[in-house]
Amino acid sequence: MTKPEKTLVISPIQRGTVIDHITPGEGLTVINILGITRGTGVTVTVACNVESSRGGRKDLVKIADRELLKEEVDKIALVAPDATISIIRDYRVVDKKTVSVPQEIVGVITCPNPNCITNTKEPVPTRFAAQTRGFRCRYCDTVISLDKDIGNYI
Amino acid sequence: MTVNQRNILSVRDMDREEIDRLLSAAAEFDHGKGTGHELDGKILAVLFFEPSTRTRMSFSSAMMRLGGKILNLGSVEATSIAKGETLSDTIRVVSGYADAIVLRHPKEGAARLASEVASVPVINGGDGAGQHPSQTLLDLYTIRESMPLRNIDIGLQGDLRYGRTVHSLAFALSKYDNIRIHSIAPEGLDFPSSLKADLSELGVELICHDTIEECLPELDVLYVTRLQRERFPDPVAFDNYASTYRITPELLEAAKPNMIVLHPLPRVDEIDPRVDTLPCAKYFDQAHNGVPVRMAMLNEVMKQ
Ligand SMILES: Nc1ncnc2c1ncn2[C@@H]1O[C@H](COP(=O)(O)OP(=O)(O)OP(=O)(O)O)[C@@H](O)[C@H]1O
Ligand SMILES: [Mg+2]
Ligand SMILES: [Zn+2]
Repeated sequence: MTKPEKTLVISPIQRGTVIDHITPGEGLTVINILGITRGTGVTVTVACNVESSRGGRKDLVKIADRELLKEEVDKIALVAPDATISIIRDYRVVDKKTVSVPQEIVGVITCPNPNCITNTKEPVPTRFAAQTRGFRCRYCDTVISLDKDIGNYI
Repeated sequence: MTVNQRNILSVRDMDREEIDRLLSAAAEFDHGKGTGHELDGKILAVLFFEPSTRTRMSFSSAMMRLGGKILNLGSVEATSIAKGETLSDTIRVVSGYADAIVLRHPKEGAARLASEVASVPVINGGDGAGQHPSQTLLDLYTIRESMPLRNIDIGLQGDLRYGRTVHSLAFALSKYDNIRIHSIAPEGLDFPSSLKADLSELGVELICHDTIEECLPELDVLYVTRLQRERFPDPVAFDNYASTYRITPELLEAAKPNMIVLHPLPRVDEIDPRVDTLPCAKYFDQAHNGVPVRMAMLNEVMKQ
């Protein structure tokens, strides 16, 4: 087995996914965005505010026995643009990717327009398009401009 | 949404060719070139979740003039919606009853959502403060009856902040060449900054004025909208504004001879009734144009 980081605060996994270099404070949001909290039977470990080898602090999420696809994870770039996704097999990192904000963000952002159809009991996920000026609601055209903290809408 | 399902949800989705095609089709119907049997045997479901007599009646009239039939939602209180059914479920069910759906709904984005769950075409008949494409198309159609859709100075007057008709119209005009938009709005009721940013991104020239006198002599079109008392900070501010911004025959003496005056109606006091008989008054024509324009829309989504 490869020796994981010296400062590894959580136990090694045999198989799964590690999301590292999450902006401090966003670890739980990342789990929420991924929707792997309740009723999924997946073992998830979060480490918050740990020291980063790159300097400063970070949050880190470890998901056992599940290999997340890049498309699944990309939406966390909204709150953790510097995150890395490492796929672990046989205790080794076999693949590592960065994240980038997808063209369309599904089911993550809550539309700030109280009169938007997505803020009713209709069974639809929100859909926002990433555009130059910000994130635009597919349904009501409301734009959350880039100068706003998108984390407030998640 | 099924493949090739034709919806008309927002002018944002439409390119200039599509708009021009609809306007030309509307002109054909307007000039009596339709057969009256284009939509024989077709059924249009008219789902209005908020009152709007004109839009509902003109869609119904348009459908009948094409030979089709109407299925009305009836009053919301008497339906399963009152029992808490979601819009998505209503639309899925109604899809089985009709060949197309016209939806008017108080929530923004309702029509787009409906189009995603419907198995028949959906036309947006107005969603909350959002889009109202048939109004925009009939506005364009009315302008086009008087002048080509290029090199136009258009004045938009009234509540430009909450007035969805002027937002959509500004968007639609942005698709045409050499359009200058002059906004004349009371303080606090100017275009939302996001819309200004959108328009400038689209290359539209937008000039803001405090008074109509500043730009009236340049205008080819004056589009007046209703002012709503409740949008003003206090009644005095409303009365002041309403009296200074009234369109009268005297004021119009400063306008170009071919300028036209439009209003989506109903009007309150924004236009003096004495203007009605002047040749520039096109707002009743505009209302009548709702029928051929909606005929073109219905035919577009339901024709074979
Ligand atoms: N078997 C394992 N179980 C749990 N976590 C692991 C395992 N192997 C690696 N990791 C963690 O996965 C992440 C990526 O591993 P890697 O060995 O590439 O780290 P690194 O060299 O520090 O890279 P980086 O520059 O991305 O921090 C690190 O956070 C590491 O602690
Ligand atoms: Mg490291
Ligand atoms: Zn929205």
